[in-house]
Amino acid sequence: MKTPQKIQQQSIVNENPWQALRRYTDARIAQGRAGVSVPTEALLAFQMDHASARDAVHLALQVEPLVEQLQTAGYETLRLHSQAADRSEYLQRPDLGRRLSSASANTLQTYRQQHPQACSVALVIADGLSSMAVQQHAVAMADAVLGRLKNRGLSVAPVTLVTQGRVAVGDEIGERLGAELLILLVGERPGLSSPDSLGIYYTYQPRVGLTDAQRNCISNVRPAGMSITMATDKLIWLIDESMRLKCSGVTLKDQSVSAAKVNTHKNFLLP
Amino acid sequence: MTRYSATAGQQHWQFDDLKTLLAKATPLRSGDCLAGLAAESTRERVAAQIALADLPLKVFLNEQVIPAEIDEVSRLIVESHDALAFLPIAHLTVGDFRNWLLSDQATSDSLKQLSPGLTPEMVAAVSKLMRVQDLILVASKCRNETAFRNSLGGQGVLSTRLQPNHPIDDPAGVAASILDGLMYGSGDAVIGINPATDNYSAVTDLLKMLDDIIQHYGIPTQSCVLTHVTNQIEAINRGVPIDLVFQSIAGTQAANDSFGINLALLDEANQAARELKRGSVGNNVMYFETGQGSALSANAHHGVDQQTCEVRAYGVARHFEPLLVNTVVGFIGPEYLYDGKQIIRAGLEDHFCGKLLGLPMGCDICYTNHAEADQDDMDMLLTQMAVAGINFIMGIPGGDDIMLNYQTTSFHDAQYVREVLGLRPAPEFDRWLQQVGITQPSGKLAKRMPDQFSHLLQSLS
Repeated sequence: MKTPQKIQQQSIVNENPWQALRRYTDARIAQGRAGVSVPTEALLAFQMDHASARDAVHLALQVEPLVEQLQTAGYETLRLHSQAADRSEYLQRPDLGRRLSSASANTLQTYRQQHPQACSVALVIADGLSSMAVQQHAVAMADAVLGRLKNRGLSVAPVTLVTQGRVAVGDEIGERLGAELLILLVGERPGLSSPDSLGIYYTYQPRVGLTDAQRNCISNVRPAGMSITMATDKLIWLIDESMRLKCSGVTLKDQSVSAAKVNTHKNFLLP
Repeated sequence: MTRYSATAGQQHWQFDDLKTLLAKATPLRSGDCLAGLAAESTRERVAAQIALADLPLKVFLNEQVIPAEIDEVSRLIVESHDALAFLPIAHLTVGDFRNWLLSDQATSDSLKQLSPGLTPEMVAAVSKLMRVQDLILVASKCRNETAFRNSLGGQGVLSTRLQPNHPIDDPAGVAASILDGLMYGSGDAVIGINPATDNYSAVTDLLKMLDDIIQHYGIPTQSCVLTHVTNQIEAINRGVPIDLVFQSIAGTQAANDSFGINLALLDEANQAARELKRGSVGNNVMYFETGQGSALSANAHHGVDQQTCEVRAYGVARHFEPLLVNTVVGFIGPEYLYDGKQIIRAGLEDHFCGKLLGLPMGCDICYTNHAEADQDDMDMLLTQMAVAGINFIMGIPGGDDIMLNYQTTSFHDAQYVREVLGLRPAPEFDRWLQQVGITQPSGKLAKRMPDQFSHLLQSLS
C-alpha cells in the first residue's frame, strides 16, 4: 500500500477573501467554508453566542445581590413574584407574567396600609427575558434615573423586584403603590450578539389594563448599545414632557435631541 | 349537537361545533393552549381526530368556522370555491381524503386540478390527521411554479431569499451581506430586506439600491423591501422601482385589520405592480408572509385554532397568484410554538397545506432565543422541507439576523441541502452564477472569488 499523503492544513478550509467588509456590518459574513459547511471555529462561536442567549433567558435572576446593591445605594426594596410559577409557564403563558401573585399583591397592600401617603415615582425591575441584562445593568440604570428624579424633589416608592415578570406587571404595581409615574426596567428578548439588552418602559398614571400604546420604550440599553447616560437623558426628557402633557405612549413623541446623525457608508457594489 | 362525537372503549366525547372539533384534533401546540382551545387530554385529541376522520368533506361547504357575514376571508373562501373541481372527492370523508392523497391516484396533475375545489378548512382538517411523513410525501407531489425574472418551484429547484438585513440600513452593511450571499449562490427567490424603519424615504433608498445592483450585474432575480403595502403602493405611484409587493397576511378579517390591510388593498397593490410589467419571464408580483399564531396574537381568532387560521391565510394568498409565500414558522415565539418539535411539525403542516392550495410555499426555518429550539432542530426541518420539495428558504450570513434578533437558515445551509439532495437554484439564476464564475457547471462553488467582485475589495483598503 502506498503511504498516505499528509493533508495540507491550508487546503481544508476555503477562506473568503472579503473579510475586510466586516467593518460595515456585525453580520457573520466571510466565514469561509469546509466543503459547503461552516468551519469549526465559526460554528463554535455561534454555539457560544446561542448559549449566552439561552442562559440569559433561563438562568434565574439572583435577586439578593440586587437588593444589597440597591440598599447600599440608599433605596428601600420590595421583592415580588408574578403569577407564573416557573420559567416554562412564564414562556407559555404571557398573561400570567403580567399579573402579581396574590402573596405579592398582599405585600403591596400591607405596604400601602403602613405608608398611606402615595409616592410620585415607582421603579420596577423585572427579569423579563434576560436575567443577564438585569443582573448587570439594572441597578446602575435605576440609580442614575432615581438620583435625577430625587433632585427634582419627587418622592420615590421602594424599588420593586419582580421575578417571572413581563412589562405589563408594572401597571399593577404602579396602581397598587398609587404612583403617578412608572418606570420599568426589564431584560429584553436576547439576540445572538446582544444577550444583555435592558429595556425601559415608562407609563404615566399606570393602572391595570393599559396597552403598549400608553407606554414609551427605550430599548437596547447595554454597553455595546445605548449607554446608561444616554438612556437616562432620554427618559428624563420623556418624564418631563409627560408631566407637562399629562400622558404617555404614542401621544408623547420622543423628540429629545438625538445624538449626532449616525454615519453610514456608501454601497461599494456600485461605481 | 351530537354531530361531532367519538367513542373509544367506555368513553364518549362530544364536540360542540366544527371549529371546536378542529381545535381539539390539532396536534399539541402552546398557542392553542394559551387560547384555551386545545384538547384537555391526549385521548381527547385522538378522539377528535377520529371524529374528524369520519366527517364528510361536504360539511366544510355548509358550516363556516367564522361566519361569512362578519368576515371577508370567509366570504372569499365561499365565493371562490370551485364546485366542479371538488366533484371527484365530494363524497369522501376527511379520513378517506387522507388515504386518497397518499395513494398513487393523487398525482401532480390531479392535485393541481383538485386545488380550486379545496377550502382552507378541508386542507387544515386533513393535515391534522397526518404524520410528518404524510405531510412530506403529499407535498412532494405538488409542483407550484411561478415566475418573474426567473422560474421558481420547478422539479429539482431549491431557491433562497437573500436577506441582507442591517440594524441601521447602512448601504455598505447591506451590500456586504448581499455580496456574501451572492458568493454562496443565494438570492434567486428574491433579494429582500426587512428595513430598520418604515420611514418612506429610507425605504425608497433601499429599493433603488437593490434595483441598481440587480441591473448593474444583470442578476436574473427580483428585489423587495418588506415595508407596509401602503408604502409600496405610494412608491409605485411615485415611480420608484418595485419588483415585488410584500405584505404580511392572516386568516381572519380582524387580524388583517390589525395589520392595516384588507382584500381590496391587496387587490390594488397586485394590480399596480402587475401593470409595471417588470418581470421578464413571468408576472407573479406578490410576496406574502404568514405564520401560525398571528390571529391569536391580534386577539382576532374567533375561537379557531391557530393552524386553521394559518391555512385560511393561504386562502387569501392564492387569490392574488403570488410569486412567493413564506411561512415564518419559528419567529412568533414559544407562547405559540413552544419547542423544536412544535416548530418542525407546524412548518411541515404549513408547507403541505399551502402546496395543496396551489401556493409557491417557502419557509423561514427559524427560532428565537426564548424558544426551546436550536440549530439541530433547524437542520431537521430544513432537510425535511427540502425532501418535501419546498420552493425557497431564507439565506442570511451565518444564520444570524442582527436586525430582527432571531436565527434563520444561512447561505451555508442552502448549499448543504442542495448538495445532499442534488438541488439547484432557479435555472436562469443558475446560469448567471456559472457565467460570472461563482459556481462551477457541477453546481459546486468555485474555489476563487470572481475578479469582477474581488476588484471591488481593492478600493476598500
